[in-house]
Amino acid sequence: MNWLIAVLQTMLFVALAPLLAGWVKYCKCRLQNRKAPSLLQPYRDLIKLTHKQPVVSEQASWLFIKAPYIIFSATVLAATVVPLIAVDLPTSASADVIVMVGFFAFARFFLALAGLDVGTAFGGMGSSREMTISSLAEPAMLIAIFTLTMTASTTNLSFAITYLLNDGLVLRPSFVFALAALVLVAVAETGRIPVDNPATHLELTMIHEAMILEYSGRHLALIEWASQLKLMLYGVLIANIFFPWGIAETFNLQALGYGLLAIVGKLAVLAIFLALVETLFAKMRLFRVQEYLSFAYLLGLLGLLSHIILEAAR
Amino acid sequence: MNIEQLDFYTQAILSMAALIGLTSFLMLGQGRLLRLIFLFALQGFLLTLTTALAAYSLNNHHLYISAVLTLVLKVIFIPWMLRRQVLQMNMHRDIEALKNNTVVMLGGASLMIFSYYVLHPIVQSSSVVMLNALVVSLSVMLLGMLLMISHRQAISHVVGFMSIENGLFFAAIVATNGMPMVVELGVAFDVLVAAVLFGIFFLHIRTSIDSLDVDLLNKLHEVDK
Repeated sequence: MNWLIAVLQTMLFVALAPLLAGWVKYCKCRLQNRKAPSLLQPYRDLIKLTHKQPVVSEQASWLFIKAPYIIFSATVLAATVVPLIAVDLPTSASADVIVMVGFFAFARFFLALAGLDVGTAFGGMGSSREMTISSLAEPAMLIAIFTLTMTASTTNLSFAITYLLNDGLVLRPSFVFALAALVLVAVAETGRIPVDNPATHLELTMIHEAMILEYSGRHLALIEWASQLKLMLYGVLIANIFFPWGIAETFNLQALGYGLLAIVGKLAVLAIFLALVETLFAKMRLFRVQEYLSFAYLLGLLGLLSHIILEAAR
Repeated sequence: MNIEQLDFYTQAILSMAALIGLTSFLMLGQGRLLRLIFLFALQGFLLTLTTALAAYSLNNHHLYISAVLTLVLKVIFIPWMLRRQVLQMNMHRDIEALKNNTVVMLGGASLMIFSYYVLHPIVQSSSVVMLNALVVSLSVMLLGMLLMISHRQAISHVVGFMSIENGLFFAAIVATNGMPMVVELGVAFDVLVAAVLFGIFFLHIRTSIDSLDVDLLNKLHEVDK
């Protein structure tokens, strides 16, 4: 039974990810006074791409063809770790948050290799930039997560969220910092506006798009889907760690329904904030990303320090 | 006692303490003078909120007066005066190139750890809950000094000096539940006088070396080095 819910939750993750991307796009269009595409447009795009024949360069090795499948499955595995509508599931109990970061790193490694594989200038440039950014973003993310794990004394997301739920409403100074750091890292890691622009193919500014420029057909569909999934994963992570109320702790239909409603509501609100940020800010220069991410790291570090200094038991 | 068992006001004060620490860090990395002054005003505002919260939760009425004093002096008057001077001297477009920004930031973090290390025995031996925030106030003072060391503009030095005073004021609130009113009024007027004096100093520095960059004060050496 528990395994069934775990599998269902992961499928829900995979199924809802394009919807979230569509909602972000919808909010962004409305904020910029444009006519928005339908919320289902990402699904249509994915279906269209799967029906197209993939074109693969002659120079491409086996890695180029296998990489989309590896990236997609690694991201799905990362999704199994994160509690979406219920805590205390067998999958999230068997792996902790460091495993999740590991899955992300694994997927990114193959994405960067695939970008390099064909030997185009853009692919190499994109891979190089992606690795630069992620090498700065990953420590910041881990240190923000460690603030949570120090409070809950566990690196397991499911147990940590249960711990926070049992505590009720507590204003923790360290969580303010961890939230800010995690939001900054999430924006950088999912390639949203101040760091990377997901809507452009303007060659000088691309990071993520540059790596996947050579992909087409179902390979492209898988990679797009994986990056939508990643956006949703970060959203769920922020929503469920810092605002865990509503998530199901027991496995009856009512609790699960409320859990689903709660997470959909939280993600919808988060997406509006993301769209607002993407509308208000301009993309920054690549060489300023380092300052941005070291600020995220500083916030994470301050979170850890304020946990030790201000919240310590006496 | 864990933070879960504290009442909401103490939790809020501790969170404010953390945010005050954050503004100190932000000031450390800020090269634009107007933003630096804005951050200083923000720190003063957070301090006002903390004082008001402490006044409410401790039921200590004269803290309200010091909250109002902080609001008037450190959020409105001094930032307004500094801002006017920056605009008058036409320095608001300059960006001060900060040397070794990352090193300074890491130094700031280690200062925070250092103040924790120094104050740990005191905090441990006391039962006052808010005393945890004493570490933050000491690190705000040390960060103010670091700000004065790492920046070169005279106005940044004044902001650093004022934020040291913010740290002291904060320490007084969390450690003693507010100093006697006479002392607080005295300190407030001292700050006011200091702010006015600094204004006069700016004028003199500017007329003698035609800039507010204190590194250029070396020009005043009688013997060339």
